[in-house]
Amino acid sequence: MNHPYLPLTDGQRRAMLDTIGVSDFAELLAEVPEELRLKKPLDLPASQSELELSTGFHQLAEMNVLPELSFLGAGAYQHYIPAVVNHLAKRSEFYTAYTPYQPELSQGMLQAIFEFQSYISELFGLPVANASLYDGPTALAEAVLMALKETRRNQVLLPETLHPSLIEVVRTYLRDSGVEIIILPCPAGVQEIEHLAKSLSEECAAVVIQNPNRYGILEDLSRLIELTRQAGAVPISYVQPLTLGLLEAPGRLGAEIVVGEGQPLGLPLSYGGPYLGLMAVSERFMRRIPGRLVGETLDRDGRISYVLTLQAREQHIRREKATSNICSNQALCALRAAIYLGVLGPKGLHQVAQRCYDNAHYLAAELNKAGFPLRFEQPFFMEFAIHTSRPAADLIHSLAARGIMPGLDLGRFDPALDHSLLVCATEIFSKTQLDRFCTEMRDLG
Amino acid sequence: MSLIFEKSVPGKTAWTLPSSDVPAAPLDTAVEKQLRQGTPRMPELAEIDIVRHYTELSRRNHGVDSGFYPLGSCTMKYNPKINEDIAEIPGFQWAHPMSPDSFCQGSLRVLYELEQAFCAITGMDYFTLQPAAGAHGELTAMFIIKAYHRQRGDSHRLKVLVPTSAHGTNPASAAMAGFEPIPVQCNAQGLVDYDQLVSLLDDHVAALMLTNPNTLGLFEKEISAIANRVHQAGGLLYYDGANLNAIMGIVRPGDMGFDLMHLNAHKTFATPHGGGGPGAGPVGVKEYLQPFLPAPVLGESAAGLFWDWDRPQAIGKVVGFHGNFGVLLKALAYIKALGGPGLQQVSQDAILNANYLRARLQSSYSVPYSQFCMHEFVISATNLPNHIRALDIAKRLIDFGYHPPTVYFPLIVAEALMIEPTETEDQATLDQFVQTLQQILIEAEQHPELLTSAPHHTPVSRVDETRAARSPKLHW
Repeated sequence: MNHPYLPLTDGQRRAMLDTIGVSDFAELLAEVPEELRLKKPLDLPASQSELELSTGFHQLAEMNVLPELSFLGAGAYQHYIPAVVNHLAKRSEFYTAYTPYQPELSQGMLQAIFEFQSYISELFGLPVANASLYDGPTALAEAVLMALKETRRNQVLLPETLHPSLIEVVRTYLRDSGVEIIILPCPAGVQEIEHLAKSLSEECAAVVIQNPNRYGILEDLSRLIELTRQAGAVPISYVQPLTLGLLEAPGRLGAEIVVGEGQPLGLPLSYGGPYLGLMAVSERFMRRIPGRLVGETLDRDGRISYVLTLQAREQHIRREKATSNICSNQALCALRAAIYLGVLGPKGLHQVAQRCYDNAHYLAAELNKAGFPLRFEQPFFMEFAIHTSRPAADLIHSLAARGIMPGLDLGRFDPALDHSLLVCATEIFSKTQLDRFCTEMRDLG
Repeated sequence: MSLIFEKSVPGKTAWTLPSSDVPAAPLDTAVEKQLRQGTPRMPELAEIDIVRHYTELSRRNHGVDSGFYPLGSCTMKYNPKINEDIAEIPGFQWAHPMSPDSFCQGSLRVLYELEQAFCAITGMDYFTLQPAAGAHGELTAMFIIKAYHRQRGDSHRLKVLVPTSAHGTNPASAAMAGFEPIPVQCNAQGLVDYDQLVSLLDDHVAALMLTNPNTLGLFEKEISAIANRVHQAGGLLYYDGANLNAIMGIVRPGDMGFDLMHLNAHKTFATPHGGGGPGAGPVGVKEYLQPFLPAPVLGESAAGLFWDWDRPQAIGKVVGFHGNFGVLLKALAYIKALGGPGLQQVSQDAILNANYLRARLQSSYSVPYSQFCMHEFVISATNLPNHIRALDIAKRLIDFGYHPPTVYFPLIVAEALMIEPTETEDQATLDQFVQTLQQILIEAEQHPELLTSAPHHTPVSRVDETRAARSPKLHW
């Protein structure tokens, strides 16, 4: 058959079979037992032309309800993406390439990843950043595994203030491993120093601190890290990278592993993926860090060049002894993040973080005036929980009818919070839009 | 070429924000305590500087659109352009993963249709689309296998058998899930050594991981007997779907006796690999393993599709949200573009192209296995004149505009060059490639230095990998 994606013609197929020396294609399948072969065509709809595809997928997309204004965050954030990010990342020399195993042909991607590592290393305040992992939660799971191996301890402390997905994914990775996961209750919406102090023991391999946490609240990062280190455990910090335009790099506060979700750095929401797992570590984890690393070296003529390095950690060399099974990264997503950070520059990064902070604080104050007080009286960054007199789920459906997605119903993860809404305001909103949201909220009470 | 950081000129900017009449919020003390000290070392550039930088980087990179990419086992086929446009439809691009299900019926329909299509293609009964890459699918499957044995009271089943021809991720995935990987040798025909396999089967075996066709491109024709013996021993048979692109519409893993499998979206369904990702590694299972799939799974009710979280036996979540939706969308577009007969033609052309190349090369290069291959094959660059090695041939191919085949894999063939032309190349490209490989052989004899010093026309010559590993420099 002829198809736009298949360049061979029937005439060529015939000639090629002749060259091989068989009379028909079936002879090439001599090794495939007859009784296993499919006797009927695959049960799939008929093939579609490009026009039909385009029309059909546009119709499917229209079945999604996209609000005019969305204040939904909770681990995936709508920030503005400069046009150059898409234009440059879509150059097909990048997106149709494989993992850069042949450095001479792949200097473009290798250098881009080296630059990406440099940005992450700088933002996170640690010397070794990898070429990215699948997403934030899997990066955290890998971080926990690394801390367990390095300390040879058998217990991990996860505060309740971690995003539920983070706890879920870590649990999945550790199920059956014999590792004890201790969940620290945080009734005030933040980790309590005293509670952590009491919970830490010589068994503890790692303490995870998400900052800002699942309610958008800032934790007392320095003291939590310090306590963790004193107990000989590894402090792992989980970040929303754009907040680091304003906040200190966790590595400089003593975190030994910093991980996070890179989606806010120029990636669309895309219903949850592909996203970008970020990871940077201190020197002592350099030979344990999972995923790809790009290093600088020289070529035969003494020119600076880039290459995948420290591969002895990896699956294709040590197989059974590999520290991780990861053989890919999210290179194209990392490329988007690098371009985005290049566009922002140090000043832009600060401006975005500051604008998110300002917008969120203005919105919280106005919502408070409209009768929606903060659920937790704690310092927050760009996301905050408010108390709603009606169940949050109802409120969401009422406001959606007016084109607004007001946030996340926290009752989805904790029935005790079914009258709480997690609201996120990034830099994309104008005062007019924030005011409109408050007016609509006041109307609905 | 300079790093972007080295091009920085203080004062330049590529960024603007709209002006704002939202008052600046006073920083509370908690924030003040955490404020960043000093400015991060990032470049200051104008938009044109950034555009030129990345355009130049792109010119120093080779993709499928740049030329033939016969990287065996990695499967680099053409990536249809319409799929990129579909993934950028705003309704898909800006759907939030935490939106209530009733707001995301379009995205859920895409995932539902894709699950159905995967079941039809593979003969599995259910799929999860959560895993973010092929190796992540392997890991997910290992978690499922563990949960299955635990539920049956077989927690002592901790051995996972892995043929020596397997992808390196197989033993690593098994080990990560807490299993002990046990190698199974290959026989002289390049197939799993059946007798050794049988001798290793006992009641400590949790599973056998197998890809079929295997990494030599050869079909494991004793698969039915293998499946029977593994099942008799109480183990599960796992299909590494990396080579599924060879058998679509011809045979199905579910019909060969496999209990569960992963597939690689980019290898089989033409989603771009992106220089190392993002991928997607959906996992399919037979009915009896369905309870263990990661939560949530898709359900359907009168009100529409929904995420079903009520999954007491589920292994948990393996990614933060619902998997790499943007990649899965492209896979569905590809399946819809081809339909059932088209997918069968894809595999047939992949097989035809591989056998054609193999037939044309076997007079000049050593081909270690005699049977017809499926979608890929291995040649061995042993006994070449002037001590020329596989790596030299690979590097010389670069001078002719080709991305080299996979070298030194699978490990069981000396000086292996593993070639996978894929179905998206035509006869002329293959003929030209044969001619080039023949010319390189002549050069090996007459001008070996041309090979050992290759490549010659790239931005950098052979790089010093040892130096990079010995004194790692990992950032600017």
